[in-house]
Amino acid sequence: MAETIAFYTLSVLILGLAVLVVTAKNTVHSVLFLVMNFLCVAVLYIVLEAEFLAVIQVLVYAGGIVVLYLFVVMLVNLKRAPEAHQDPRRLSFIGLALAGAVLFELAGIVVYSFNRDGATAPVLAAATPVEGDVQELGWLLYTDYLIPFEVASVLLLVAMVGAIVLARRET
Amino acid sequence: MMEITPAHYTLLSAALFSIGVIGVLVRRNIIIIFMAIELMLNAVNINLVAHAQQVQNLVGQVFVVFVIAVAAAEAAVGLGIILTFFRNKETVNIDEMNVMRW
Repeated sequence: MAETIAFYTLSVLILGLAVLVVTAKNTVHSVLFLVMNFLCVAVLYIVLEAEFLAVIQVLVYAGGIVVLYLFVVMLVNLKRAPEAHQDPRRLSFIGLALAGAVLFELAGIVVYSFNRDGATAPVLAAATPVEGDVQELGWLLYTDYLIPFEVASVLLLVAMVGAIVLARRET
Repeated sequence: MMEITPAHYTLLSAALFSIGVIGVLVRRNIIIIFMAIELMLNAVNINLVAHAQQVQNLVGQVFVVFVIAVAAAEAAVGLGIILTFFRNKETVNIDEMNVMRW
């Protein structure tokens, strides 16, 4: 019962804030709605018993990435509105129709696949009971997924070098 | 009130993903398009976490960690590109970003 209430409240908040992110006129408002959205998703992770990911979500997304966005929004001070010029060949309603088609298709797949017989995956409760979340996750990351983990760290290094090279003024 | 199943989480994720698609296809401010891409990545993460909890297996959560790492890298490089472009062209409107058009 508590999970039901939490789920519906968070769903309304997440979807409403996402709509506000996409529709807000002011870019700074959009970034702030994005922070709220990420925090709501973090609470949803707590409902789903993924506490470590909730902390990572708050630290990396709401703390790191959004600050990056805010810096860029404030560095990019526009003299004219970014939406002023429109390519005459661009038809926005086609984009809207395509997005509606994507939603329809995704919802169709979900409803179809969950109504099929035997679609619900068996609960492997006995395999590894998920408790001591961080410990299990760290164990998996440093044993089975060690190589992807190292590759991810190299990716972050490359991204850091790339961002510095791009943002540096030519001397 | 019925019980919350993974189908509910999948539908929430589908709706969030579609809002992200609308943002990418309709908006013309490239910073907002980037934020819409982050929304789509979040939708995928919700899906992964919900199903990891459903089958009581942590591999889905490991995958979410990698998705977050890639999202951070993508945001850093992408915003660097936006800043460089703005310095040269004084715009963040994607309709005017056609210097590489053939």
